[in-house]
Amino acid sequence: MGNTTRVKSEEMIGRIDGRLMKNKVIKGIFLAATVFTSIILIILLYRIISQGAPYLSWDFFQNFASRRPEQAGIKAAVVGTLWMMSVVIPTAAILGVGTAIYLEEYAKKNALTRWIQMNISNLAGVPSVVFGLLGLTIFVRVLGFGNSVLAAGFTMALLVLPVVIVASQEAIRAVPNELKEASFGLGATKWQTIYRVVLPYAIPGIATGSILAFSRAIGETAPLIVVGIPTFVAFLPSGYLDSFTALPMQIYNWTSRPQVDFHNLAAAGIIILLGVLILMNSIAVWIRNRYQAR
Amino acid sequence: MKPVKVLTLSALVGSALVLGACGGNADTGTKTEDGAGDQAGAGDAQLQGEISIDGSSTVYPIAEAVAEEFMLEQPDVKVTVGLSGTGGGFEKFIAGETQLTNASRPIKDEEAKALADAGIEYTELELAYDGLSVVVNKDNDWVDQLTVDELKKLWLDNGSTKKWSDIREGWPEEEIKFYSPGTDSGTFDYFDEVILDGGQIDKSATLSEDDNVLVQGVTGDANAIGYFGYAYYLENKDNVKVVPIVNEAGDAVEPNHETIESGEYAPLSRPLFTYVSNAAFADDEAVAAYTQFTLENASVLAEDVGYVSLPEEKYTEQLETLEGLK
Repeated sequence: MGNTTRVKSEEMIGRIDGRLMKNKVIKGIFLAATVFTSIILIILLYRIISQGAPYLSWDFFQNFASRRPEQAGIKAAVVGTLWMMSVVIPTAAILGVGTAIYLEEYAKKNALTRWIQMNISNLAGVPSVVFGLLGLTIFVRVLGFGNSVLAAGFTMALLVLPVVIVASQEAIRAVPNELKEASFGLGATKWQTIYRVVLPYAIPGIATGSILAFSRAIGETAPLIVVGIPTFVAFLPSGYLDSFTALPMQIYNWTSRPQVDFHNLAAAGIIILLGVLILMNSIAVWIRNRYQAR
Repeated sequence: MKPVKVLTLSALVGSALVLGACGGNADTGTKTEDGAGDQAGAGDAQLQGEISIDGSSTVYPIAEAVAEEFMLEQPDVKVTVGLSGTGGGFEKFIAGETQLTNASRPIKDEEAKALADAGIEYTELELAYDGLSVVVNKDNDWVDQLTVDELKKLWLDNGSTKKWSDIREGWPEEEIKFYSPGTDSGTFDYFDEVILDGGQIDKSATLSEDDNVLVQGVTGDANAIGYFGYAYYLENKDNVKVVPIVNEAGDAVEPNHETIESGEYAPLSRPLFTYVSNAAFADDEAVAAYTQFTLENASVLAEDVGYVSLPEEKYTEQLETLEGLK
């Protein structure tokens, strides 16, 4: 009997070597994946910055688009993107968080809600061009907004809405039941509980998810092309029904031009776009940290 | 945006747009007087208005240049230019959303019919020439020239992969790689008309809407062949080799400024168009001034952005046609 135990433990020792080996291999694979991704990212950033940085100047921000690369600027696109986001953010936030609160806190958990829930999740995966077609039909043509800030803003809001809803739902669902029950126990109404307990607890999650979704709206080109947003605009919008152009449109146009100078301008435009995205993501992180600290 | 227009639109879309109206009134009345005085031609009076233009991305650089110059003379006319592509541009033109639309091919019958149904009369204007350039890799030392028949043999799908030796005897037995603009582009449509004649393009062809992708494809493969606008060839002269094409007279002609302008480079020289709505031209002073400005300056501006200008008398003729529309 003692003999067999010894054999077994020897076998085990043999296997441990194998397992440790396996552990190392797996670790190596994951490390390689990380290194590979980082290298690609670094090459990409290096190329964009080395191409675009020489073109970044005060004039680049001050000038409108031009056929002469040295005079071309990105003013209309930067301002246009900000105008568009001033429609996207309130629209998507109000509709998105509203829907999430309703679905999580008020709606009965029946077949209909599940069906709505499933559709929202599916919508998050619909290609952005489809939202562009929807925007073209409804906002541009039926409602007559034309290719304005409002039409593009609403289209982009619809595009990011499913993501905002799902993110907000996750955040609301993560609120501990004990907190809500305590609130009800103290005699608070449903709305008081949502306003005083659920939302403050859920805001970091809602903000993080939403801002990542809004970042997507800044970078999308396809819906804007379908909606018919122009590329050459040498004035700033003065109202929500004015024409405008956006950063991705300008970048798309510059990359498809034959002249190398325009490709470099596109790189400069991408740096600006990245800057705006980093800024937005930093705000998300800041909001999260601020609320979590409480 | 004019207060009047804001009011009409607000009335249309109702109270949801109060925001738009507020913003719209904020910036009117900033009329700039300087820089207008001594400009000749259509730019004498200070005009106001909005002009939307869309259409071909090939014509876009010319339209951008014209709009840029026009707005220096008429800062209160807000010109916007989009690049939905020739087909997409016509769609918006038919819907009455644009006053002018750019096209890198002539209007198609079904588009003309849709415009007739919509009651939109239009005038076709030629702005410049482009020479579709057929290019091969720098290391390709066998292709010296191609006839239209050889181009057909090359590009039409015959159900199997093609080798260079299938096209002409003595050429290497290597598989040909094809690079073509996407089927939505006017460039493809034009090539389709003069070479493919409606036939299926070789199914192995790489199609891309971005001509720079085609340039890269041909640069990177010794057995590649592709075609794109002259401006892209001009920028990449050192990376690719252009193929002379045999015209009807039997001469092998390389695309360059002279051969494209004279029409010697045939059949791959094509005119670039803009279409203007007759009603918009007659009723809207800004559109009229802009269209005339386009023809008056197209020759210089087209050359500036890499296209070939028409002979001067063509522009004069077209300006006279326009006079008849007023």
